[in-house]
Amino acid sequence: MADFINNWLGTLLAFIVAISILGCAVLLLSQSKMKIKVGADGKPLPVETTGHVWDGDLRENNNPLPGWWMKLFYGTIIFAVAYLLLYGGFGSYKGYLGWSETDEYAAELKAGEAQYGPLFQKYMAMDIPTVAKDPQALEIGERLFLNTCAQCHGSDAQGVRGFPNLTDSDWLYGGAPETIMATLHDGRNGFMPPMADAVGNADDVLNVANYVLSLSGSPHDEAKAQLGKAKFAVCSSCHGEDGKGIQAMGAPNLTDKTWLYGGTVAAITEGINKGRKNQMPAYKGVIDEDKLHILAAYVWSLSNTPAKNAQTSNKL
Amino acid sequence: MTKDSETSGVIQEVELSLFETQKKIYPRAISGYYANVRWFVVWFTQVLFYGTAWLTWNDRQAVLFDLAARKFYIFGLVFWPQDFIYLAVLLIISALLLFLVTAVAGRVFCGYACPQSVYTEMFMWIERKIEGDRNARIKLDSVPLSVRKISLKTAKHAAWIALALWTGFTFVGYFTPIHTLTLEVLNFSLGPWQLFWILFYGLATYGNAGWMREQVCKYMCPYARFQSAMFDKDTLTVTYDTERGEPRGSRSKQADYKALGLGTCIDCHFCVQVCPTGIDIREGLQYECIGCALCADACDLVMDKMGYPRGLIRYTTEHALTEKLDRSGIVQRMLRPRILIYTGILTLIVAVLVLSLTLRSPLKVDVIRDRGLPRITENGSIDNVYRLQIMNTEEFPHRYSIEVSGIPGVALISDTDFEMPAATTKVIPARIRVPDGAARKGSNKIIFVVRDRDNAAVSVTEKAAFLIPR
Repeated sequence: MADFINNWLGTLLAFIVAISILGCAVLLLSQSKMKIKVGADGKPLPVETTGHVWDGDLRENNNPLPGWWMKLFYGTIIFAVAYLLLYGGFGSYKGYLGWSETDEYAAELKAGEAQYGPLFQKYMAMDIPTVAKDPQALEIGERLFLNTCAQCHGSDAQGVRGFPNLTDSDWLYGGAPETIMATLHDGRNGFMPPMADAVGNADDVLNVANYVLSLSGSPHDEAKAQLGKAKFAVCSSCHGEDGKGIQAMGAPNLTDKTWLYGGTVAAITEGINKGRKNQMPAYKGVIDEDKLHILAAYVWSLSNTPAKNAQTSNKL
Repeated sequence: MTKDSETSGVIQEVELSLFETQKKIYPRAISGYYANVRWFVVWFTQVLFYGTAWLTWNDRQAVLFDLAARKFYIFGLVFWPQDFIYLAVLLIISALLLFLVTAVAGRVFCGYACPQSVYTEMFMWIERKIEGDRNARIKLDSVPLSVRKISLKTAKHAAWIALALWTGFTFVGYFTPIHTLTLEVLNFSLGPWQLFWILFYGLATYGNAGWMREQVCKYMCPYARFQSAMFDKDTLTVTYDTERGEPRGSRSKQADYKALGLGTCIDCHFCVQVCPTGIDIREGLQYECIGCALCADACDLVMDKMGYPRGLIRYTTEHALTEKLDRSGIVQRMLRPRILIYTGILTLIVAVLVLSLTLRSPLKVDVIRDRGLPRITENGSIDNVYRLQIMNTEEFPHRYSIEVSGIPGVALISDTDFEMPAATTKVIPARIRVPDGAARKGSNKIIFVVRDRDNAAVSVTEKAAFLIPR
């Protein structure tokens, strides 16, 4: 409290708390006794009502609480004082025990670290392909993947338009364990500049698009593709003379049928005209290093396990 | 008040504490029909309570409420957090049962089955065995401290504390496997929370059954107060038959009381002495009365001795007294609409509960569609990805398969078969493909069926939306 201004708020609160507790005690003491008339025999007369009258004829019957109940009230006062001394709350006083939620949270984190730390250390010591053979690590990896990666890449990691499929062996930046780790760690910024001006006029763009499709044997207009072949030269600085791409710069291979934005003339024309911009966020510092290691192993396993490979091939 | 004393000058005042001092009650032991019923209920409930914890079922504790794993085991049934509705149903049934029983026979729950009464009865039994019956106890409390008094009191409290701790131990044994708990107690290796709850529950038992007793019913229990609101003039309550008993008075056994102008009540105060809440039932129905009818037992004993008919104090209704109803008359009045309605609702809910428990599927499925856009494949067909949250709530592993239908040509591309270990939850990603043009653009309904491959009777059907991009 005193952190953001000076002490006056703490002092005020301490004062209010003290007054409240004291007030309760005084109220209890003053109200638990009353003067009662004594009869002729020297014994106090029975008290039928408390003497309070409302609306002319409503009287409050005297229904005294049992003694132990009254003592419980005093008990709550003692409890309040003890609590404030032990746990703080009395102005800015931190309490004898010095307990705080932040400390408890830190302690629980530490306890969790002590419990699970050795497990993660064990996997940290292995290389990624070895971790990928460990069923327990894969289970941890799958859970991490579903929590963190599935939003974009899909629950089955096969991606959607704009978000690559992680279960095939086609990689934009390379599928080696270290490359995957680097991708997770630092993220990726995919960028293809708008190429329309460099390629030429609208017809040229259309021709290049058909040529690009011809590289993978996808449906295209052969005549236009022939016309576009020459214009492809401006693309080859990134995608290579043969169109097979360069993983070091994340330029995709155009000769396979894996298309991040769709394998149609329209989609490719759009790419040439407007360029493409894409981003995979960096998880360094967001997810602990030892968990990233397991995540990398899980992602690597998706395209490197025989069973998984069979599953990814399109069945229809 | 000050004014009064000033003017009269005679009336004096004293300052008194405004609260009531607890008058200690020394209930006298009594045997009889209702006392026997009470003891039967004590035995029945306590054998159930102390014994059930030790039973074993399927290599685990038969009744165990595993809070940490969020699983409640009750014999063959395993309840997951998803089954929480059953707890609500159980509470509704308990409440209705309380309404019904109270409308029929007043506070018999209080007198016979309430844990407060049951433990008080057990503690009083110990007290009686050690300190003696009513008169011996009154005498013991009135004499100054002596070696005998100290040793008797020590023995009593030691026995009480032992029973209380055993009760606390049993209670915790329903939440932590009791065999493990026994070992931990023997090795002094109890966890802090287990130790706390054993001591806390033990202390509550000791305090409530040993010291508080009727104070709990009189001042703390909410049921005690609102049960009175469920009484009507056809409710059976422990009643003193004023017409028969009054005018009360002592007389010799040979005397013709009618000639003396007396009723059958000999004013022996036996009914007052046995009352666990210390009231005089002859003053009529009082809020302290827990309906245990020990006074009826006491009175019957005296009536037998006097050669008078039994039942001066008995369970009867207000209407029975005013309208002179006989037994069948009382029973007839018992079948009034309120009772029939309570019974009807109760039967219905119990039937629904039993039906729902029998039909309860051990397999639970939730289908969640991935937030991402649908994927269009090479040949124009559309893929949607779903997460199937599957729960195998049984204590055995199971093999399941996924089927999908609802759109012509719809197919599951990912694995259709999977296995689940006993009592686990798992997320299964499922990729569903629909051929180009098979469904209209926008949201289409598809149906997932998850089937137990070894038991055709177990399957769960879930609806989901399949999105076709516009």
